[in-house]
Amino acid sequence: MTTSDEHGRPQQPFALSIRAARYFLAFVFASLPHLVQAQENSDCLTCHQDKSLTAARGSKTVSLFVDETKFTASMHGSLTCVTCHADLSGKEMPHETPLQKVECGTCHDAEQQLHAESLHGKAIARNDPLAPRCQSCHGSHEIKPVKDAASAVAPLKVPFLCGRCHQEGTRVQRERDIPQHQILENYSESIHGEGLLRRGLVVAPNCATCHTPHRILPHTDSRSSIARKNIAATCSKCHALIESVHLKVIRGELWEKKEHVLPACVDCHQPHKIRKVFYTQGMADKDCLRCHERSDLVSSKDGRSMVVNASELAHSKHLKTSCSQCHSGVNISRRRPCETLVQKVDCSTCHAEVGQQYQKSTHGQLVMNNDPNGPTCKECHGTHAVKGKVDPNSPTFPTRIPNLCARCHREGQKAAMRYTGTQHDIIEHYTESIHGKGLLKSGLTVTATCTDCHTAHGVLPRTNPASSVNPKNVPATCGRCHHGIQEQFMQSIHATMAGKSEKDLPVCNDCHTAHTIRRADVEGFKLDIMTKCGRCHQKIAETYFDTYHGKVSQLGYTKTAKCYDCHGAHDILPVSDARSHLSHDNVVSTCQKCHPGASRRFAGYLTHATHHDPEKYPWLFWTFWGMTGLLLTTFVFGGIHTLLWLPRALEIRRQKKKANKADGHTEP
Amino acid sequence: MATPNPEDPKAEPIQPAEKPESIPIPRNSKVERFSRFNRVLHVLMILSFISLALTGMTLKFSYTGWAGFLARFFGGYESAGYIHRVAAVVMFGIFFAHMYDLTKRKREEFGTWKALLFGPHTMLFTKRDLQEFIASVKWFLHKGPRPQYGRWTYWEKFDYFAVFWGVFVIGSTGLMLWFSEFFTLFIPGWFINVATIIHSDEALLAVGFIFTVHFFNTHLRPEKFPMDMVIFTGYQSVEELKEDKPREYEELVKSGRLQQLVVEQHPPVVIKTMKAFGWTALAVGFSIVLLIIYAMVFAYR
Repeated sequence: MTTSDEHGRPQQPFALSIRAARYFLAFVFASLPHLVQAQENSDCLTCHQDKSLTAARGSKTVSLFVDETKFTASMHGSLTCVTCHADLSGKEMPHETPLQKVECGTCHDAEQQLHAESLHGKAIARNDPLAPRCQSCHGSHEIKPVKDAASAVAPLKVPFLCGRCHQEGTRVQRERDIPQHQILENYSESIHGEGLLRRGLVVAPNCATCHTPHRILPHTDSRSSIARKNIAATCSKCHALIESVHLKVIRGELWEKKEHVLPACVDCHQPHKIRKVFYTQGMADKDCLRCHERSDLVSSKDGRSMVVNASELAHSKHLKTSCSQCHSGVNISRRRPCETLVQKVDCSTCHAEVGQQYQKSTHGQLVMNNDPNGPTCKECHGTHAVKGKVDPNSPTFPTRIPNLCARCHREGQKAAMRYTGTQHDIIEHYTESIHGKGLLKSGLTVTATCTDCHTAHGVLPRTNPASSVNPKNVPATCGRCHHGIQEQFMQSIHATMAGKSEKDLPVCNDCHTAHTIRRADVEGFKLDIMTKCGRCHQKIAETYFDTYHGKVSQLGYTKTAKCYDCHGAHDILPVSDARSHLSHDNVVSTCQKCHPGASRRFAGYLTHATHHDPEKYPWLFWTFWGMTGLLLTTFVFGGIHTLLWLPRALEIRRQKKKANKADGHTEP
Repeated sequence: MATPNPEDPKAEPIQPAEKPESIPIPRNSKVERFSRFNRVLHVLMILSFISLALTGMTLKFSYTGWAGFLARFFGGYESAGYIHRVAAVVMFGIFFAHMYDLTKRKREEFGTWKALLFGPHTMLFTKRDLQEFIASVKWFLHKGPRPQYGRWTYWEKFDYFAVFWGVFVIGSTGLMLWFSEFFTLFIPGWFINVATIIHSDEALLAVGFIFTVHFFNTHLRPEKFPMDMVIFTGYQSVEELKEDKPREYEELVKSGRLQQLVVEQHPPVVIKTMKAFGWTALAVGFSIVLLIIYAMVFAYR
């Protein structure tokens, strides 16, 4: 790089001397007005100190006011107006307008040159109205040195300066081809942005550090500071010894992802997103193990063993991860590098996305609120022996998940004790459920475990709209495996009316339950479904039990028509819908599923009839009351006849007994 | 089931030479009342009726706990339905067997339908039945003497025709429910709902009536207590006949045919078996009544 750097960077002595010479010349010209035919600044200010002085620029009106004090205090305070506004030199005042554009390059020709080559300069050359000129960044009459905190281009201001155009929503970002997104946001969250903006480290790189201030070029341009071949040099301006650090950490491995292509810094450390540097220079696992392999090593604080089983690590998922990558913050210059460790291992340094999910989850929230019950990563994944979920020995392997969650969620354990909902004995129920049997008895690792429905890291209570088991999300959650069913369900009245009805419409678990889920072809499920549907469709379920199908189903007969046999299960639709199983065109064939000889008249059977409704079913009502009348009449008549007879019959019996006694007769 | 007149109206006129009083018939000798055929029909009737009642009431009162228990007892609902249909076929069989018996006896004993249907021992209601009914009520109320009942009393005739009515009403609606696919070729689907109500309520009437009023009238009257065995044994003592049916007794004595009706008694083991069967039927019948009362009073919906 040959550019002289204005932003707090050491400048090359040669460039410095050129600039000094220029300033000197400018000073000489300015202080010797009698030698040149030039106007005094006061001549200009006669007019330009009037705050109301304006001029029309196209459709806009701009102020022509020049603040003398600010100008005098500026970098150029000692120059005359005409030094820059050169076209006014020797002209009569007041002058004609408009003036020509100020050419900063007259003095700053090197910068002008670089800028002209840059994307910005080329944009000016093609008259792009959005292209930034010198004064777009540096200002005009109030230009301050870059080291002055008040300067428009002071390090702390640069991200916002560039961000004026390079952030979401601006015309530049919308209308020009900018390959990166969320630049300002990402930068401000990156380690560089954090250093600069939160900690106020003015040496932390800002936009111009990597992109250069004036010669901003696309990374596809081989001259660019961020071109693939130059990027290492750009980063090394600050990260001077980074290569040796990398060699140490990665144990001399080739960093190639593609064959024969060495990675550039940005392949791993994304531009604008560079997070923490977790590599501690000069720290190797064997340094740690020198102490931590000793079986008698205990913590001086609480006496717990600090032994690390190296073979455990070697068989873990992290076998290529070094100690100091997780236990970040060691200081190699100490005799005990680990004595500077203050933070607990933060897995989200690498597992950022999972970490974000976790933080929003109930588990993460508990931990964040310092609840001792909140599980951290290691509660489920273990520590040094951490294994991937596809490893059968991992505690997060599907067949082991129910037991893993049960450690807290079994009845009587800490999570179950703070739970106030309706689901109890979930582990036992799950084990007996179709999912539990599939997983634990049939050994099907594809069966739904706890984490398949509740997610692994984003566990939230069902009342939370973001929860995977929130009623709104349940169809999609179940649909991850039962996709065909979800497709049917989404067409059904229960799904299409969701949100339009004030009632809570059922989702999968309302009929199938959550943890006690059974196969739909077992007797228990079949006989339960009427009560399930009846929770909302109360009347219609009651009248179902008044008719034949309902009565026999109550006797435990599962083959009879149940709700879903006629109405459909997941594809349930109102009778008025032509696609419904009970629409005019479909109802006969629906009956024929069980009654092969069913005709259109047969389908006229009232499956939900009641004899209690004279309006809707007058025939049934009057038949019932006719029959009841007949019954009552007969019983009243027969009853009275019998009751009247009874005393007489008893009388005869007594007489007979007497007569028998008199006769000495014993036979009754 | 009772039978129509087993007497022969064309019997020879009473012979003055054979004075009834001159024939010595011991007081406790047994005279036949029901033929073997009719007794067998009644036993079959008991079996099929109780089967129909148990399986049918199980369905009618399916919402009660006992219904579930009975359904399981019968080997599940499907098998209970099977038993119901088999028993219904038996019931139809009894009905047709009785019809066949009637035509046979019309041919062999009566000659004409008129003689059978309008003879002195007819099963049809006559003016005399109405008089006896009124006289009975008076007698109940101590306002007159006990009527001189003949071969068939009015309540026996009522029971007899109740079965006719029941077989017609319950049987026809039962067939509609059984063969609903066939019947809905002619009748509207909603009539199956109507038929269900008629079938089950008429059955409730039959069951309730048979297991209370009929039991009392014919088997359990205090003077017969613990049980009138005549429908199983087929005979009763001369004394009983004289008390129950004085007019018939008089006629038999006058016609001198009483002697011809005297039959041998069954051996004690047969009597015991009959008693056991009778008691079982009574117990089951009463239980059904209790279950129905329970269902209608405590679990009705």
